[in-house]
Amino acid sequence: MMTENNNSINRRHFLRDSLWGACLAGLGGLAGFSVGKTSKTNTVWQIDPEICIACGNCATYCVLEESAVKCVHAYAMCGYCRICFGFFGPEPFDITEGAENQLCPTGAIKRTFVEDPYYEYTIDESLCMGCGKCVKGCNTFGNGSLFLQVRHDRCLNCNECSIAAACPSGAYKRIPANKPYILKRVDPVRNNTAGRTPLRSRRFSNGVDHA
Amino acid sequence: MIRLSNIITSITVLLLSFGLASGIERFPPPDFESGYEQPSPTTPHPRQDVYEYIDVVVLLAALGLSSYLVLRKRSRRAIFVLMVFSLLYFGFWRKGCVCSIGAIQNIVLSFFDRDYAVPITITFFFLLPLVFTLFFGRVFCAAVCPLGAIQDLVLLRPFSVPNWLESGLRLFAYFYLGAAVLFAATGSAFVICRYDPFVSVFRLSGNFNILVFGACLLLISVFIGRPYCRFVCPYGVILRQLSRISKWRVTITPDECIHCRLCEDSCPFGAIREPTAEWSAHDYNKNRKRLAFLLILLPVLALLCGWVGSSLNEVTSRMHATVRLADRIYLEETGKAEGTTDASLAFRGTGKQVEELYTEASDIQARFGLGGWIFGGFVGLVIGFKLIGLSIMWQRMDYEADRASCLACGRCFEFCPKEHARQQKVNKKIGKSQ
Repeated sequence: MMTENNNSINRRHFLRDSLWGACLAGLGGLAGFSVGKTSKTNTVWQIDPEICIACGNCATYCVLEESAVKCVHAYAMCGYCRICFGFFGPEPFDITEGAENQLCPTGAIKRTFVEDPYYEYTIDESLCMGCGKCVKGCNTFGNGSLFLQVRHDRCLNCNECSIAAACPSGAYKRIPANKPYILKRVDPVRNNTAGRTPLRSRRFSNGVDHA
Repeated sequence: MIRLSNIITSITVLLLSFGLASGIERFPPPDFESGYEQPSPTTPHPRQDVYEYIDVVVLLAALGLSSYLVLRKRSRRAIFVLMVFSLLYFGFWRKGCVCSIGAIQNIVLSFFDRDYAVPITITFFFLLPLVFTLFFGRVFCAAVCPLGAIQDLVLLRPFSVPNWLESGLRLFAYFYLGAAVLFAATGSAFVICRYDPFVSVFRLSGNFNILVFGACLLLISVFIGRPYCRFVCPYGVILRQLSRISKWRVTITPDECIHCRLCEDSCPFGAIREPTAEWSAHDYNKNRKRLAFLLILLPVLALLCGWVGSSLNEVTSRMHATVRLADRIYLEETGKAEGTTDASLAFRGTGKQVEELYTEASDIQARFGLGGWIFGGFVGLVIGFKLIGLSIMWQRMDYEADRASCLACGRCFEFCPKEHARQQKVNKKIGKSQ
């Protein structure tokens, strides 16, 4: 009776040990497989300004009280217009910097005279809330030099970005952390729409190539 | 009256469809004569990779220390201190992201999406606790996981949950794991992150509903020990299974159990199992019949649940944005819905063919059909194995911590008189050496 009992315990131990070994091997296999699929650099969320439609979700869906998305100005693309559609509301009372004429709800865009007839527009990031109203205006009637970007001094880099989950155009994607911005430039090749990623399906892709 | 905003939107659509992005410059950039220097946009950098690696090192150190404290030092106080550290570091300092629980989804997605590469730190966050659990039991849950720590800290008036309720509620964690894998594999959403109750507490901001959910869960945690860990946590499900076969394990007594029953009520998580009584021959036979019946039922249950999961694909696939978009576009095209949404506007701006979108969406739906079979099958198997587990006669001679449920918190240690004897011996030794 005793020996039989011992045998059953031994058998149980043997089974447990082999299961243990199998699990360890499984984890090892998983690690091995993952090595081929990992990237050394971390990835961050960013908005592709070519896909962004400036819907305004960035201002409200961020987990931060004050969104990590801000408006960025590509000065090289700007026309320095006297009447800027990113700065002035649709029907301004007057072409002055008065608050009633401005499109920006927080007055985050500063308009300064450079030389006749040019005006410079700078964004005060501490006031900007990333609503994209100016982006829409500038894209519609102007050169499109204003665009939205995730600012990485603020972004918490959530595993699932809650703005990305709410983005209607699928403009959010993960990109390598060593090149964390997709800036607009005057570059007809880059701006060619032919090379665009298909809508939405690559939201989680992070642009790291696999052979 | 046509509103101005409508005009602007329609012009936007028009311009987008004509390729606004293709570099039309309506107003040529000026040549300045006043010596004005053009500024360039600033690009503040994200957190450096070095810090991510430091996180991995801290995780490794915390896991090692936790194993030592649980298995060798056997000190609840020390475990508590480490737990507070983990809460501060991984929770409030690192803002709870990325965590091992959420890392499941990244790993799963990397299996199914060949374009997706997991950052190496996330791989470590996923694998390290698993390896440690395989060796030392659930030491990750004990003092490293910030989600566990925050619940453990507020546990002031523990009530025990009846066994049947505990087992029943625990099934939810399995279903949650299955759903998280399904949605991650199809690239639809990271549901674990979306419904993480404590991450918004760590950040003190976030979605209001989730904040309320987190606060409620914390309130419950005052009376019910670690409800998220026991009934919801999908990573806990994996850790449970690995902990069953761990090389070393938490023992209530450092010595031989003397059946004093002092530890019986010490566990707030209901993980202490009493010694089993012999089953009567009648019970034994009854359970044997039931077991045979359940073994036959198991494949039937798995297939049935699989079929249900698969036929629900029209519902589940709506988690994927492309399917939602295709639905909306279909409604608009057939005139069943009026107006547009931001998403449908954006889609029409891309100039993509509607048929192309439909094919893409139906492909995804088909994938959800297959995924539904697997998910449903998994659910069926979980229910089946749970029932089988209830009909198997387990033998225990002593009061033991259940390998799977024990969170290695170390509360039971000081309830054991043998432990006190050990402590005295240790203290005497230290006294002598001085």
